[in-house]
Amino acid sequence: MNDDKEDEEGRPSQPKDADDMIDHRPRSESLKAATAFDEGHLRQQAIGVRLRQMFDAVVNEEVPDEFLEILRRADERGSEPG
Amino acid sequence: MSSDAGTPTRLVRTGEDDDAFRSALVKLIPHMRAFARSLCGDPTLADDLAQDAMVKAWAARASFEQGTNMKAWSFMILRNQFYSDKRRSWRETQLDQEAAERTLVAVDDPAAPLALDEMRMALAMLPAEQREALILVGAGGFAYDEVAAICGCAVGTAKSRVSRARRALHEILVSGAYYRDGKPASDAMRAILSEAERLKLAL
Repeated sequence: MNDDKEDEEGRPSQPKDADDMIDHRPRSESLKAATAFDEGHLRQQAIGVRLRQMFDAVVNEEVPDEFLEILRRADERGSEPG
Repeated sequence: MSSDAGTPTRLVRTGEDDDAFRSALVKLIPHMRAFARSLCGDPTLADDLAQDAMVKAWAARASFEQGTNMKAWSFMILRNQFYSDKRRSWRETQLDQEAAERTLVAVDDPAAPLALDEMRMALAMLPAEQREALILVGAGGFAYDEVAAICGCAVGTAKSRVSRARRALHEILVSGAYYRDGKPASDAMRAILSEAERLKLAL
């Protein structure tokens, strides 16, 4: 449930508070408006987060030893003079 | 500025080149596994695919151009391997159906929020070309020109595949095009939206 850190890893951060600087409505109201206008955008953003979660879950798995073993064998074959 | 003397065109590979290539390749293995998993769903088949691609990449190391994106290069090899395996052993329609079903169970994490599961099901409903393009951009962090190189298509095609995939995914999640445990997918969309609001608040 703690997703906070998964959001922006290695990606350019968005101009987060640009709206706040020119928008003095209360936060909750401006959020409502933003939700109405940007719902599609928000959904896409959430979809993007989910995609990355799915992908990163595999990236973060421990790599089976088999991989390095196979690479080592390929390496031995490959380094024979040819 | 620099002279011709600095031009690194060498015809002979050194052991150092190989060492550098090897350690870069090892660092890419987790990413190749993830991409393979997203292509073929089943974790065991995906690892076979990633291993084949890794060996191919190692064998082709002399053809890798220094300074270009090695992750994109290795993904291209992996993808080509996937489609040549697929041509050899499966009929396309059959595969897509099987891949779709396997993709649903590929990551079995009981702690994962519901929406992640729904997302996986919705993804599985996309045409393979759209799914891979979306995953490369949305999860792999690739630019459109890199996706085009990996998938062997034009940049415009890559862009349109990604945008069609986003639209279709959104439609599937909103319209409740599938059901899970009798629960309509609109529940999934609600979960995703509440996540979106939470993200917005966190910004």
